[in-house]
Amino acid sequence: MQLDLRTPMGLMFSITGAILVAWGLKTNGDAIYAKSLGINANLWWGIVLLIFGLIMFFLGERRQHKLEEEPPPESDGTERRRGHGH
Amino acid sequence: MQLTFVDWLIMLLYFVFVLGIGFALKRYMKTSKDFFQAGRALPAWICGLAFISANLGAQEVIGMGASGAKYGLETCHFYGIGAIPAMVFVGIFMMPFYYGSKARSVPEFLRLRFDEKTRALNACSFAVMTVFSSGISMYAMARLIQALHVFDGLFRALGWAPEGIFTFSIILSAIIVLLYIFLGGLTSAIYNEVLQFFLIIAGFLPLVLLGLKNLGGWHGLSAAVSAVDPRMMHEWRGVLHPSTNPMGIEIIGIGMGLGFVLGSGYWCTDFLVIQTAMASHNMDSARRVPLIAAVPKMIFPFLVILPGLIAIALPTPRTTTTVTQQNGAIIHETNVVPEIAAEGRGIVPAKINPVTGKAMLDASGKPLLDYDMATPNMLLHYFPTGILGLGLTALLASFMSGMAGNVTAFNTVFTYDLYQSYIHKGAPDRHYLAVGRWATVGGILLSICTAYAAISFNNIMDTLQLVFSFVNAPLFATFLLGMFWKRTTGHAAFTGLITGTVAAMLHHGLTLPMEAVPGIHGGWLAVLHRYPSDMAQNFYGAIWAFSSNFIITIIISLFTKPKPESELVGLVRSLTPKPETSHLTWWKRPEALGIAVLLGAVALNIFFA
Repeated sequence: MQLDLRTPMGLMFSITGAILVAWGLKTNGDAIYAKSLGINANLWWGIVLLIFGLIMFFLGERRQHKLEEEPPPESDGTERRRGHGH
Repeated sequence: MQLTFVDWLIMLLYFVFVLGIGFALKRYMKTSKDFFQAGRALPAWICGLAFISANLGAQEVIGMGASGAKYGLETCHFYGIGAIPAMVFVGIFMMPFYYGSKARSVPEFLRLRFDEKTRALNACSFAVMTVFSSGISMYAMARLIQALHVFDGLFRALGWAPEGIFTFSIILSAIIVLLYIFLGGLTSAIYNEVLQFFLIIAGFLPLVLLGLKNLGGWHGLSAAVSAVDPRMMHEWRGVLHPSTNPMGIEIIGIGMGLGFVLGSGYWCTDFLVIQTAMASHNMDSARRVPLIAAVPKMIFPFLVILPGLIAIALPTPRTTTTVTQQNGAIIHETNVVPEIAAEGRGIVPAKINPVTGKAMLDASGKPLLDYDMATPNMLLHYFPTGILGLGLTALLASFMSGMAGNVTAFNTVFTYDLYQSYIHKGAPDRHYLAVGRWATVGGILLSICTAYAAISFNNIMDTLQLVFSFVNAPLFATFLLGMFWKRTTGHAAFTGLITGTVAAMLHHGLTLPMEAVPGIHGGWLAVLHRYPSDMAQNFYGAIWAFSSNFIITIIISLFTKPKPESELVGLVRSLTPKPETSHLTWWKRPEALGIAVLLGAVALNIFFA
């Protein structure tokens, strides 16, 4: 499969994280955080998601580049191994 | 519920990515193998996460939270006993036959191993069940959206009638699931299941952390839950007798019924989960898939059961009047809590009779609690706008991926096992690819019908789930005998399956849980035996179904002619060379992983004991 899931997934979590961070900064100290025990849940969890998303994104990108540099078709490896097993 | 544009933005972003992945995968869908089996080219970790995600639908997220609120940590048995051992078993012992036989679906495996009629029986019942299950998922989601008033603000802004919310929710989820499966097939479904897996963690982990912090950590939770019911903080205590644990079951019912029959029946034979493992790129990965899945599965009790426990342990809101004096004036400030919340416990609301508007009471006069609202109410209780959007998205994602798993399982079984086998043989591959796409459309339309039927007939969901349990309970015996005893014959397997289902029905018709009236809960023939709880009835029904299938299959096998051994190579353990794993480093071998997983499961059980 040519599309590494980590790239779009990383992108999605990075954007979500960034949105939460921005929103958390804008609403910092608001009354809405009474619910979350006075913790700015948006800001902190946004940072966590942003870091997770970026790591995923770069892992996916790195693999994509590797595949483009040396294109050994994956299915060949599969067939060889399967033959080995039986 | 107050949703702001940030919440909508996050939800919209998820929908964009879900559909985007579908469109991006469209160009890879060239053959029916790409569409139905993801080209058998996915890495093990992706399939592993999809393996548990396919099961992580509404029943899991909402249901386990509800069960946590109702029974406490005893719910963990569904993980430690009900899932983990079965997942290890399927990975180590059964996957070599599923994957190695080159069967494209579980019913097709049954045809290779047994005969045409066993496959037809399994394919038909499975196809019907997946369509209904996805309809039930759809219905439950639309109901939850109504109950949480997610779209109310949107509807008011657009000037639409609020009665349309149910239909809107159904159509919206149907279109999204349809589009991404139509475009990207099983790959799309698997990718979205993985996405949903991480979304569930992203949405529920902060919830659990906030809840634990609120109650004062694990010890605080323990103390608060013990004040409600001291038995709820223990998974194993009092498990020797049904009267001493909240679920009303005992060790034999749990071990045999839940662990051996129901758990294995689901995780080892249900094509809904097996299809994700069969999509991986080689035999070693396929065997590792359920084992990789077992690792996060062990952590999930913390994410899905704890919210329920926290919800029940929080203080129940009461109508309060605070009197304050300001500049000589006495101010009465009354905080009115609706009856539905005040009659509940913790933040789990009471069930309200829609006709009288009063709380519904059980036989002893205590209000019945609406446990299904435990987890959703936790989201509303702790999450400010922003992260609330993320939590709701996670909830919606879990419903949709539960639907998607059913739909992809349906289109594969329909196309390969029904259409290609009995309706139109020998067409070019392109034709089956098109049929698969249209089967997706048909499956979703039938699901929508089920969802609407569920509105008109109140009991339809319970009845359907009951019928499914009759069909599923005996399955594992057939696979076990088929894979591990070469003498098992097709006639025997077929008769055994039917016997098992009949046994499950008879058992249900003849027994009744305590305090239930004959009818949907059982005893519709006569009441010969009363079980301490419906859970116990369920577990023992499974044991009866399994045992009768097992015995009948053996007896008939001994009187019928088995298949020649040459036809069973790759399908039966004694005639199949053991999967070669010596080229892998020792810790990458499925056996080593399996042992590690089992040790982890034991540790977890001790922790929750």
